Amino acid sequence: MAKSICLYFQVHQPTRLRLYRFFDIGKDSHYYDDFANRTILKRVAQKCYLPMNKLLLKTIKASKGAFKVAFSISGSALEQFDRYAPEVLDSFKELADTGCVEFLCETYYHSLSSVASPAEFEFQVQRHKEAIKHYFGVEPVAFRNTELVYSDSIGKQVYEMGFKTMLTEGARHIMGWRSPNYVYSNDFVEDQSLLLRNYSLSDDIAFRFPDKSWASWPLTAEKFKTWVDEAEGDYVGLFMDYETFGEHTDASSGIFDFMEALPQVCLKDADFHFYTPSEVAAAFKPVSELSVPNPISWADEERDLTAWLGNELQNEAFSKLYGLQEKLSILNDPVLWADYGHLQESDHFYYMCTKFFTGGDMHKYFNPYNSPYEAFINYMNVLSDFIIRVNDAIAVK
Amino acid sequence: MFGWEFPPHIAGGLGTACKGIVEGLAHNGVETLFVMPSASGDEDQSCTTIINASDVEVHNVSQTVDEFLDKVKFIHVDSNLVPYVDPDEYFEAIEKMKKEKRTSTTVGFGQKFKFSGKYGANLMEEVSRYAQVGGTIAMQHAGEFDVIHAHDWLTYLAGIAAKELSGKPLVVHVHATSFDRGSDDMVDTRVYAIEKRGMEMADRVVAVSELTRNIVINKYGIDPSKVVAVHNAVDFSGRENLQVERGVRDKVVTFLGRITYQKGPEYFIDAAAKVLKRTKGVRFVMAGSGDMMNKAIRQVARLGIADRFHFTGFLRGSDVQKMFALSDVYIMPSVSEPFGISPLEAMRSNVPSIISYQSGAAEILKYAFKVDFWDVDAMADDIYALLQYPALSKFAEKHGLEEVNALKWDHAAAKLKNIYEQITK
Repeated sequence: MAKSICLYFQVHQPTRLRLYRFFDIGKDSHYYDDFANRTILKRVAQKCYLPMNKLLLKTIKASKGAFKVAFSISGSALEQFDRYAPEVLDSFKELADTGCVEFLCETYYHSLSSVASPAEFEFQVQRHKEAIKHYFGVEPVAFRNTELVYSDSIGKQVYEMGFKTMLTEGARHIMGWRSPNYVYSNDFVEDQSLLLRNYSLSDDIAFRFPDKSWASWPLTAEKFKTWVDEAEGDYVGLFMDYETFGEHTDASSGIFDFMEALPQVCLKDADFHFYTPSEVAAAFKPVSELSVPNPISWADEERDLTAWLGNELQNEAFSKLYGLQEKLSILNDPVLWADYGHLQESDHFYYMCTKFFTGGDMHKYFNPYNSPYEAFINYMNVLSDFIIRVNDAIAVK
Repeated sequence: MFGWEFPPHIAGGLGTACKGIVEGLAHNGVETLFVMPSASGDEDQSCTTIINASDVEVHNVSQTVDEFLDKVKFIHVDSNLVPYVDPDEYFEAIEKMKKEKRTSTTVGFGQKFKFSGKYGANLMEEVSRYAQVGGTIAMQHAGEFDVIHAHDWLTYLAGIAAKELSGKPLVVHVHATSFDRGSDDMVDTRVYAIEKRGMEMADRVVAVSELTRNIVINKYGIDPSKVVAVHNAVDFSGRENLQVERGVRDKVVTFLGRITYQKGPEYFIDAAAKVLKRTKGVRFVMAGSGDMMNKAIRQVARLGIADRFHFTGFLRGSDVQKMFALSDVYIMPSVSEPFGISPLEAMRSNVPSIISYQSGAAEILKYAFKVDFWDVDAMADDIYALLQYPALSKFAEKHGLEEVNALKWDHAAAKLKNIYEQITK
């Protein structure tokens, strides 16, 4: 009998690369498609961020603080808000000021550095922590890694950086018979609480909601609450992309109305609560430790890293990129470091995924390239230019 | 003379070669009527008279042609055989064909047929219609010509029709064969049949190299005494080499062409990996696209050399010249190449070239480096040497330039004129 919901929304926009040709290598070191980035950001701001923030703010106020949510906003997205749509930052700030919104910490560049370089991982986590403090005046205490990537050892490093609460996927192959609706603890560090995504109920909202062929369509707040009530456990972790609302799922589907109704319906029940991740960790004791020797994520059926590091193209690009870590560590050049960060965004590797040859609508939806091969060529051209710059900087030194 | 395309609107090398040939013939005092399926009107007619097959009505001779066509038995098939098309168009054509779900078309008479003159999905239909028009033109212009000359299989049926109806001798010119388009066990039998028929009906078969001549003799069973090799030339008049500022300081080794089985892209990649083991100051570029491109990209990634091995995709217009201008070594590791004009262009741009023995160009280029396409060690050695020893690359540049500048279509045309004279006696 779960009597509470933990809502967490992921906010991220990749820094898309421009068409970067071989002829540009060594000549032009601007890598980004500013036009696409601005256009997409402004569109998503109008369709999703601004109306949804407004809706959440209204709901929080109407509930007198009983309704709570959490956000994780990547540094790449923050940079784009700052540059193209500062009004979005203002509306997040308003949400932050209610005290009902928790901001989670993640890697600044929405990167996979946690599986590549502990030093780079730590650097980006610190950088993100500072950014959240800078923009919203709060210090994050709970952590979510890019794409909910988690393993025992990643969790341990996150703990050592000061985060006692971490979010990850309630992956079926990890959970087995166990329910994701409890708090678990890290297998290496007993003191770290793990909050798991209930992928079934999360995806009911994030993916199945607009699907008219779905047996449960149309999904109403009342129906959804009965599912939560029936679920075994302490809380239900509903973790999803924030862009679900209005961008991935069009407003005409009624998704905004659903999100407006859900808290009202739930809070009619006096025993029902909305908790932020830190509150969940404080309210419920871990029921057992969870052993995750190999990294898991929230992506695809496999719930592993193969969407980003599953073929030779991705592995090659990834190893060439992180092969620069040592050289960069002796360079104190903010411009180089910024490009290094943007090139680490997990999206670039996602575009090179070949899994969508056999389905995978999500991959197609997010991909600005016609094929993973194009994505690879373009990325490697950019990276080649970047490598030249790094080597030049080393030579000067 | 029956061709399929003529500059400025060309998809492959065939049109360029045809222009060189008619110009060379003009300089040798031979007049030509050049028939093509779809002329645009902006072709250079200073050396030939262009006849646009799309303007020709087949009405008045339909009966005669009809009789003839019965014998030839045209089949229309939805064909994806595309000899010189650029890969993007190829995929488009296939997609389009899938959508249209074309059924077989009968060849009709009494009207003009608008040819696309391209290498599209209904190529076979165009080829057979072109034969009808070819016969008609031969009758209309009877008395104006002495020899019929047909370029590549697309025009062979037109050549045969013209020969049947006019009684004039036929020369078929083999720029490429089915064996250069697919591997031995992947030959399009419909095209092969047309090629073989054209060669058999011809009084002389001209091949663009000894290599192609041998294919004509061995794989098509043609009498060696009527097969003659006339090597291609190249016309660089009026072309200045581009000056391009380099972005990368490393040396650049370039492969430029369709990324298909016949061009041997995988050998280039293997050689590149070997060179990169020994030296870092070099980058490799594979310019072009094709059905093996994705495989090539995976091979590069697997070998872990993607930071030094770049793909440009299909290059258009001046980007080709730009690519040559950025190159230090050009490589053409073709598995099967009837001639191969690209190393000549490279050498003209002062880029030393490494070419495979399995290319027609290898027969005439003394100052190109030659290796077997499969011998990636030798390829790597040559690349390394050209990069490391400036004396060698300077030597190859200087003599290579002189060599390609000495190749003239006039010489090739003189040989053709000689052939014409033999068969009109």
